[in-house]
Amino acid sequence: MLRNAVAIAGVGETDYSANSGRSELVLALQAIDTALADAGVEPDAVDGLMRWSVDTSAEGEIAANLGMRNLAWFGEISQAGNVGAALVTAAAAAIHAGLANVVVVYRGVNGRSGRRYGRGDVTGRGGRGGGAFTEPFGVLTPQHGLAMQTRRRMHELGTTERQIGMVAVTERAHANRNPRATFYERALTIDDYLGSRYVVEPFRLFACCLETDGGGALVLTSTERARASGRPVAMIRAAAMSGFAGEREYIDTSAVALAPRLWAQAGVAPSDVDVVQIYDHFAPFVIFALEDYGFVERGDGGPFVESGGAMWDGGALPVNTSGGHLSEAYLQGMNQLIEGVRQARGESTAQVAGAQLSFVDTGVGTGAVILERG
Amino acid sequence: MAELPLPVPSEDNQPFWDSLRAGELRIQRCARCGTLRHPPRPMCARCHAFEVEWAPMSGRGTVYSYIVTHQPIHPALVDRVPFATVLVELEEGPRITSNLVDVPPAEVAIGLGVQVVFEWASDEITLPLFRRAGAAPPGA
Ligand SMILES: [Zn+2]
Repeated sequence: MLRNAVAIAGVGETDYSANSGRSELVLALQAIDTALADAGVEPDAVDGLMRWSVDTSAEGEIAANLGMRNLAWFGEISQAGNVGAALVTAAAAAIHAGLANVVVVYRGVNGRSGRRYGRGDVTGRGGRGGGAFTEPFGVLTPQHGLAMQTRRRMHELGTTERQIGMVAVTERAHANRNPRATFYERALTIDDYLGSRYVVEPFRLFACCLETDGGGALVLTSTERARASGRPVAMIRAAAMSGFAGEREYIDTSAVALAPRLWAQAGVAPSDVDVVQIYDHFAPFVIFALEDYGFVERGDGGPFVESGGAMWDGGALPVNTSGGHLSEAYLQGMNQLIEGVRQARGESTAQVAGAQLSFVDTGVGTGAVILERG
Repeated sequence: MAELPLPVPSEDNQPFWDSLRAGELRIQRCARCGTLRHPPRPMCARCHAFEVEWAPMSGRGTVYSYIVTHQPIHPALVDRVPFATVLVELEEGPRITSNLVDVPPAEVAIGLGVQVVFEWASDEITLPLFRRAGAAPPGA
């Protein structure tokens, strides 16, 4: 069993901007250097590299720049932006199995000044494959397909636009405490939200993630080794991934398939978790993830968020405490992982007092980790 | 003006597009166990048979979900917004992504009854679109 044998020993990120002025490779390398320093790990101890399949910096380029002589474990996971926790799962499994000692998970992306996910630049298929059955009718970006699923789920479970808006308001309040956040200095009220234009109905402007240039990295190693630095570490109590399941119900997220495995592996219940990060490409999926992971019953996620339950200030279960993809930056799950580590180490700008268990989802079910203070 | 992508048929779904070009909506059906599936796939997920039939549909269905694109986040939508896309549940069960030819975006709703129409797009491609059920076909 993986339980707490491996830890995230260090995290690193670059500044977040709309135009980084440097290559995606440089962004990744800068984040990696910062993460190694944070972990107290010498660069030549790194023997593993893992990346998003959509990341443009191949492990060979990273290894050459880092001066690595021994790349014992590498790989990528396909899909799109939603594989961060799945990569952590694979990296932790490799370390736990003794196949690598120190694995770096990295992401460097010019998501605003370069190829834009919000326009389908990366995911568009030109009418090929499954795109033949969706793109000719205007389903051209991830947003279109997810809006379609959202509309049906709102219809079946009664989730309202005001509840969705309160996700954005909650995250913005958290971003207003986080100097790294894109929207650090801009407030958002529910009236602002409901008055904002539709992008793809039912998604209003502030229900949609940012587009960001930036880099992020995580350093994983054994908990024993991580502790040698003397710094606080985030132990991986449980980690799991879940691929596409063709037979699931239309409104289900992948969390329906992942959650039972994750909770069984962790040996804890949702009510034991102190703080939660969720992949918020679009605001309603925070509500759907809270429901499908079992933090609340189906249909109760909207009322929970609407009543302030996800707020750092007074909420029962603070969610996306850095501002998330909606208000901090869109680093495709990397910023959720970094914030989850910070919460476990007691270093967040919206720190949950005494947090022991820090939950991170990076794809509404594609992957999730439960981090424990250690 | 950028155009919406046209479907690029593959050897695993060519009969679907051939049926549309002939003015029919046919959905893939497992020749062994009879399970309908869409979009087409080579293998039946239920019994693993590769043998398929192409079953004619009534063309009747209801709107199962819908979206309205307001901001032209893709170049192909610049001159089309607001632009509704619907997910139609056919009365035989399968769901198919499409557009409505005679319903303004503000009037699209879950549960709306619809009927297939065939829209010529190129010599190779005819698209399955939908109109309100009971309405006269456009141009009739
Ligand atoms: Zn079959």
